[in-house]
Amino acid sequence: MIADLKTFIERERPVWQELERELGRVREGLASLSDLKYSRHLLALYQRASADLARIQGYSAEPELKAYLENLVGTGYAEIHSATRNSRHFKPWHWLTRTFPDTFRRQIWGFNMAVILTFVGAMLGGILVLHGNEGREAIFPSQFGHLVEQTPSQRVAREERPTEFDRMSGHKARFSAELMQNNITVSLRALAFGITFGILTVVLLFYNGVILGAVAVDYVMDGQIVFLFGWLLPHGSIEIPAILVAGQGGLVLGRALIGWGTPHSLRKRLRLITPDLATLAGGAAVMLIWAGIVEAFFSQYHAPVLPYWVKITFGTVELVGLIAFLFLCGRRAPSEPAP
Amino acid sequence: MNASRTATLQIATPEGVSFSLPLAGPFTRAVAFFIDFVAIMAAMNVIAPILRAMQLLGGDTGVGLAILIQFVCMEGARMAMELLWRGQTLGKKVMGLRVMDESGLKLRPSQVVVRNLLRFVDMLPLFYAVGGLVSLFNSRSQRLGDLAAGTVVVRTIKTTPPDVASVLAGKYNSLRDHPHLEARLRQKVGPEEAQVALNALVRREELTPQARITLFENLATHFRELVKFPEETIHGLSDEQYVRNVVETIFRRRKGTD
Repeated sequence: MIADLKTFIERERPVWQELERELGRVREGLASLSDLKYSRHLLALYQRASADLARIQGYSAEPELKAYLENLVGTGYAEIHSATRNSRHFKPWHWLTRTFPDTFRRQIWGFNMAVILTFVGAMLGGILVLHGNEGREAIFPSQFGHLVEQTPSQRVAREERPTEFDRMSGHKARFSAELMQNNITVSLRALAFGITFGILTVVLLFYNGVILGAVAVDYVMDGQIVFLFGWLLPHGSIEIPAILVAGQGGLVLGRALIGWGTPHSLRKRLRLITPDLATLAGGAAVMLIWAGIVEAFFSQYHAPVLPYWVKITFGTVELVGLIAFLFLCGRRAPSEPAP
Repeated sequence: MNASRTATLQIATPEGVSFSLPLAGPFTRAVAFFIDFVAIMAAMNVIAPILRAMQLLGGDTGVGLAILIQFVCMEGARMAMELLWRGQTLGKKVMGLRVMDESGLKLRPSQVVVRNLLRFVDMLPLFYAVGGLVSLFNSRSQRLGDLAAGTVVVRTIKTTPPDVASVLAGKYNSLRDHPHLEARLRQKVGPEEAQVALNALVRREELTPQARITLFENLATHFRELVKFPEETIHGLSDEQYVRNVVETIFRRRKGTD
């Protein structure tokens, strides 16, 4: 038996060494499995190493050789059997204009749910504010102190007061970066909370809706509808959908964990949605980068510096553009095959 | 595919063979995380003067860029390392760990993104309490991020085929002077005993000095009792040399055999 082992190792070692060398080249990008002749050769080496492993597995007393062959076959398995799914390189423009809107539409139920949850929350927030100003401290988080300390009319008067200096001058970029950092962090957490079977995502979306509804009703009740739209639309038309997209991801994850309406196992369900989650997270982040720029450089200027009709028009155009992008961009013709 | 109790992940390939991947435990993963943390902090300290210069020279734009660079470095460093180094970060490289697809396949970029997005939940409320607890009760030692992304963290072990040829060749074997006793030795030594002796020789460098002495002493005593060679033949032979001679005698290719 051991005489066989020595002969076996001496005979097979060149094959193993070649496989090891070639797998290293593939890993380093020096060789490509798209070359049919090369990939057939590599496959033959891998199959021979697999057969050697199968042969040695019959003997329990060669742990070192077994470990070596398992390592070699494991590496070969990862490279050869992953070849088809990793054949395409990441193309940012294709991802943004095709993959992201495609994913959004494929998981549209999650977005619809996120919209409904936010809307219900907004209704509650509005009702709470309608029933008196005492509850405002409880509704608005601490960072929205200005919404508690002053009425919308007082704020509008302050914002529209003519000043000699641009109060945003010198810290617009900083404010923009801080907004991006904060909004991206919060949105991605809403997505990550989907791991709680979606429960915390639901809570976050609902609470976000409560704040939104409360602010909206507060301004409407005080007769500041134009200011409200002028203030919120330019950045909110992207920022709010971005949060909803992140929430959509969280709900998709939650649903996959629960497993409604699918015969697949948990692992299979999660495997199927992983690319969608990454895409939705990336899409939300890109949207929030844009929203951060607009909020710092545009939204903070009010009439008379920037007429409200300009801001409202800009926000409306953004919203219509976003809807068109998400619902129409990258649509395939019926005759076009799916990727 | 299933995980065994010895913290390995068994993968069955379409070629009909199975191999095992040794899974990393929570402690080694925590050490790797700490190394990454220290490395990221060190990198942040290195780039801090550049960021300060940006803030001073670039004014508001410089400050904004500095905030974004800091944010991207803190949140994206692990993700970037895992993407660029095929499932390894600096800490994982040091600790000999690698993130892999739980089916043994290569990592997809989306898996790296999702497992790092969910790190925040795993870290709740403090010191990876959620992720640590989940991985302790998971047969594949997966934290929540790994579960969602379908990944496992495995130990990378550098292996080489055993150098059997060097053990069996190139040394003078005094037992060859007694072919009839060699034939009796071959007859009396069973395959399992011979296998143990060969493995002891192949793996002798892995043993501690004391364990090596004890092991070869026991083996030599056993083989000496099976067949008695003349004293002048084995005089001065250490236990390890004696075992080597026995193994060479048993498995030396003889004429007419293959």
